[in-house]
This record gives sequence, structure tokens and C-alpha cells, in this order.
Amino acid sequence: MIKHFLNLEWKQYFRSSYWQKNLLLNILLVFFALYFVAMFLIMGFALYPILKKVYPDSDPFVVANGFLFFWFLGDLFIRFFFQKLPVMSVKPLLTLPIKRSSVVNYVLGKSATNFFNFLPLFAVIPFGIILISKGYATGPILIWMLVMLLLTLISNYLNFVFESISAETELSFLPIIAVVGGLFALNHFNIINLAELLGNAVITITENPIYILMPIALLAALYFANFKSLRQKLFLDSSLKVKATQAKSTNLEWTKRFGSVAPFMQLDIKLLTRNKRTKSSLWMLGLGLLYGLFFYPQPMYREMTFMFAFIGIFVTGIFLINFGQFIPAWDSGYYKLLMSQNIPYKDYLRSKHTLMTLSVVLLFVLSIPYVYFGWKILLAHFAAAVYNIGVNTHVILYGGSFNRKKIELDQKAAFNFQGTGAVQWIIGIPLMIIPMAIFGIVNWLVSFEVAIAVLLILGLLGIVFHHKIMDFITQKYQDSKYKMIDAFSQNT
Amino acid sequence: MIQSHNLSKSYGSNTVLNIENLDIPKGQSFGLVGNNGAGKTTFFSLLLDLIKPTTGRITSNNIVVSESEDWKPFTSSFIDESFLIGYLTPEEYFYFIGDLRGQNKADVDALVSQFEDFFNGEIIGAKKYLRDLSKGNQKKAGIVAALIGNPEVVILDEPFANLDPTTQIRLKQIIKKLADDREISVLVSSHDLMHVTEVCERIVVLEKGEVIKDIRTSEATLKELEAHFASQSSS
Repeated sequence: MIKHFLNLEWKQYFRSSYWQKNLLLNILLVFFALYFVAMFLIMGFALYPILKKVYPDSDPFVVANGFLFFWFLGDLFIRFFFQKLPVMSVKPLLTLPIKRSSVVNYVLGKSATNFFNFLPLFAVIPFGIILISKGYATGPILIWMLVMLLLTLISNYLNFVFESISAETELSFLPIIAVVGGLFALNHFNIINLAELLGNAVITITENPIYILMPIALLAALYFANFKSLRQKLFLDSSLKVKATQAKSTNLEWTKRFGSVAPFMQLDIKLLTRNKRTKSSLWMLGLGLLYGLFFYPQPMYREMTFMFAFIGIFVTGIFLINFGQFIPAWDSGYYKLLMSQNIPYKDYLRSKHTLMTLSVVLLFVLSIPYVYFGWKILLAHFAAAVYNIGVNTHVILYGGSFNRKKIELDQKAAFNFQGTGAVQWIIGIPLMIIPMAIFGIVNWLVSFEVAIAVLLILGLLGIVFHHKIMDFITQKYQDSKYKMIDAFSQNT
Repeated sequence: MIQSHNLSKSYGSNTVLNIENLDIPKGQSFGLVGNNGAGKTTFFSLLLDLIKPTTGRITSNNIVVSESEDWKPFTSSFIDESFLIGYLTPEEYFYFIGDLRGQNKADVDALVSQFEDFFNGEIIGAKKYLRDLSKGNQKKAGIVAALIGNPEVVILDEPFANLDPTTQIRLKQIIKKLADDREISVLVSSHDLMHVTEVCERIVVLEKGEVIKDIRTSEATLKELEAHFASQSSS
């Protein structure tokens, strides 16, 4: 049976248009994977000497176990965003003589072979070997490695429990944040010292191997929980069942003041608020807005004036980048309708432009508190906002005319590369690097004020020539109309 | 109203449509039948400028559809579910289409209210998004949306498929009413020979992209079509 499943998946993967068209993306992913493998290997080898140096009086093994709690939380958190339960199209299998349980077992078993489960081993094994070579008893360390593997698998299956909860409740990533944040807080404020608890538990297991039955039991319980919930979903009627989501009507009368683009703006706002994928990109707004806090609190970065423009572009343009890069793919599901309806193409694009411009203004206003870190930062953000409005909105719309990738709106967003092509990677250069370079160079050669002025002037030029530029962009979209329709009607 | 000259569409060396001459006068109710792959949807897609003709052209009201967009205000269509916007409720969808065709909410409401029977109470006020409706109900919404804004050309691809018998009968009445209006040309494709012969005054049979029959509907038409397609399967 498993042979058949593997065969089906092999074909699904290599015969999908996704693979054939996205070689570049696949290569990039391989590079990422290798990068992380290298990082973990380095960590595995370096951990012992580092711990020895930082905590000269403690046993590195005990210290390392003390950090396990954070490792586990981080692992769980990252998994939630990046790892998905392997998907199998089960519908055609349901009517064939295959046991449901074997399908479920296959799906769950396959998830254990995920890259995320191997990654920790690249750190755990070298660390264990070093410990043994430093004179720790071999037996307990081997047990310890086994426990690490079990912990990894536990977080693997625990993650799917979270995912199924999130999927059912439409709370997006609230449950995971609540649980991980809650555990972290319990520990951080010393209500329960979970880090020490987990560390001690692991050490106890290495000393009394019989206790290893506990993590094994936990793993089995999680596997069984997943098995049960998946098996339940494996009936046709659960996918055919009429979903009871109540449609909410929204009053968007205020868009009327934007004239002929109003119908499209209403459509775009509904698009953003009613679909899984777009909803998550709204969440990104908050994260983007806080992006500056990674840099500004550190005096080192406050010296690097050229970074201000980059952060400004990012903070005020997060929506522009997130939303804009998939124009017009957001509408790919009903692109044929738009193309055969009585629609002036320019209005359609202008609506997207208006929406992005509004977002930049709003985000700039919300980012004003950054003035706390210096008026120069506020000024740079203002110039970046103007540049975003004048230049980047047009650049990203222009980039969209090369967009040939369909997006399914109902799918989760994080680590969802659907709709991503070379365009999305390349567009980042003019969008972020160019303004940063211009700003940096002028700032270095002339002065801060002139650099600000240059960004402002570029932005204003874009605003002044808005209509001319839009005509040009509209023409580009018109030219690639048939190609887009064809690409959007293909299934990925 | 609609004229095609030398129209052909090929993918590589594979010609999927090749129509030398086909005129559809204003007000005609026109039926297109043919087996799978005969080129029905290709013809409609060319008419809506969704694909580019390999040779020739289609004019609608003397406008070459692939060169100007001026045919859009008087043309409306429902080809498949990709014409629906899944995250809107049917009402919002109708208003959106209305907006695009210069109809205010009252106009749209007035038009839609004529189709209460057709909707069978499952569409208006159901508080559901289009993506959550059944295939049949989605189709109903799409067909009615294609009637918004007084179009002169209405194109419906396989409108009877996926509909229950009651709805099929009601849809026939709707199309007949449209056909009686001498201002509106209705273009319908179908696999159901009985339905098309009932609603269309002219039927064109496509086979491998070519017109092989062009019939004015009469008592004998259904028999003739059945005989034709029966011989197809045996050959």
C-alpha cells in the first residue's frame, strides 16, 4: 500500500506545473535547507566550548538541558508557521478498497520524515559525541539523544494538534501564541520554573532509563489524538458538508468618495477581510510596524543613518509589499469575469493603487512614535513614505504585469509559496535596495538633509506623473492579458 | 450582430476551431451543440476575447472584439464558476456587477426580484458566500448576474448542466423570454439536445472545430440531431 502512495506522490510532485515552473524557488529552498543544516552543525560542535566559557562553574550538560524548554517552545512556534501536515488528495482514494486507517497512518508517518525532524539531530549528535569524548558515560548520553529525538517528534505531532485547532476556529495563530506565550510567561515570571523542571526531567531519564516510557507514552498519545481527528475528517461528507459560516455584510459606503474606483475598492476590502490567505497578510501589518524596534533600540544601528531609509520603506510599506506583490493574482480566481465585464482596466489598477497609498499614509501615522528614537528617524520615515507613495506603488504595479501565478485564497499564508515566482524575488531590489542605496550614497557624499530631499523629490515626481505612469502600466497589463488569463486558469 | 470571418484557433499544430463564416443576426436565439472537444467553449472564449484567435476575427456590432473593448457594455456572459467571486454573497455580487454596468441598487433589486422562483429561496438572503453555495446554486447566481444591465448579447455556456429538473424548466422559460425579445441575442451551448431545440430558433452543430450543420429549428430538428449524434458514436 505504501508503495502505491509513494508512487502517487512522486508523480503528483514532479508532474505539477508548480515544480516545472519553479525550479529557481526549489533551488533556493535547497540552499536554505543546507544553510540551516550548517548552522545546526556549528551549534552542535560549538555548544560545549561556549557553555564551558560562559558558565565555567556549571556542568555544560546540565546547563544545556536547562535551555531545552526554550528550544522546545521555539521549535513548536516555528513549526506552526512553516510545517504543514502533508497533504494527500484522499477523495479519489475513498471509494477504493483501501483501509482508512492506512491512509491516516501513512500521512502521519510521512510527517515524521519532515526536514524539521532531522534538523535538530545535526546539533544533537555532535553535541552528544563531544560529551562522550569529554568523559561522560556513553549509556546516558545515548539515552539523552534518544530523548531529544522523542521531544522533536512530540513537538511534530503537537503542532498538528494546534494546526487543526486553528483551522477549525479561524483564530489563525492565536492559539499557538497563547500557549507558547503562556508557558514562556509562567517560566519567565517564575510562577512555575518549567525550564528547570524539563531539564531535570530529562536528566532523570538519562539516569533511570525506565522513565523513557513517559515521553514515549506522550508521543503515542499525541499520535493517537492526531489519528483520531484525521480519521474523522476522512469521510466524504465532512468535505461535502455545507459550511455554516455566516456571511457578514459590511458597510463600505465611505469608499464612494473615491468615485469610479469605489466598486473595486469595496471588492478589495472584502477580499482582504474574508479570505484566509489575505487575513494573515493583515496580521503582518502589526509585525511590520514593529520592525523598527529590532534596530532602533540599539545604539549601533542608530549610528547607521543609511538604514533609516530602508526601515522607513519597510515600516510604511509593509502592506504595499505584501499586498502589491500579488497583484493581480489576488483576483486570479475570477480573472475571466473581470476581463469580460464592462471594466476599464485603469480603474481596476487605480483602486489597488489607492488602497496601497492609503495604507502607507496610515502606517506612517502609526509609526510616528518612532520619533522617540530621534527626529532624524521620523524625517527619514516621512521621506520613505513619500517615496513609497510616489515610486514604489507604481513599481510594484508594473511588476504585477509579469505575474503569472494563480493564488488560492482559502489557503494558509505562512510559508505558502503559492503565487510566488521569480518576479516576487526580483521586485524586492528596486523596491527596497534602490531607495536605500540612493539615500545611503547621497547621505555619505553630501548630507542627511539632501538625502532626505532626494527621496522626497523622487516621490513627488512619481505623484505628479501618476496618470502618465498609470497609462503606461495599464498598457502593460493589456498586452499580457491573454497570457494572464491562460496562466490563472491553470491548476497548480 | 455577431460575425466571424475565417476564424480559427490552434494550439501548435492542433486546430481546435475553424469557422469560415458564421453570422448571428440581432435578436436571434442561437444554440451551439457538439460533443466534448468540439470547440463550443473555445468559440465563446474567442467571442469574449479571453483567448486570441490564430487567424480571422469576430466582430460584435461591428466592433472587432480583439481590438477594442467597446463590445463589453452590451455583452454579458456566464461561462463557468470562475466567473463568480467566491468571497461575496450573491447580493453583493449582483450589486458589484450592477455597479460595473451602471445600474444602481434599486435597478439590480428590481431585476433580481423577477427571479425569485428561479432561486427557490436559496440564494437571496441566505447569508452565505458564493463559495459556500452548491454548484447548482452558484450557477443560478451566475446566470442571473449575466442578465444585469440590459445586455444585447447574452452568452451562456452549458447553462443546463448541474441544475435540478425544476430549475431546468424554469431556466428554459427564462431563456425563451429572452429569445422573444428581438433586441437580445442569446447564445447557448448545451449537451442536452432537447433543451436547445426547445429554446433556440437556430442550432449549429460543431464537430472537431468545424460547423457541420446549421439548422433552423423545426418539429423535425430534434430527430435530426439525435440521428446525427447516434451515428457519431457508432462510427
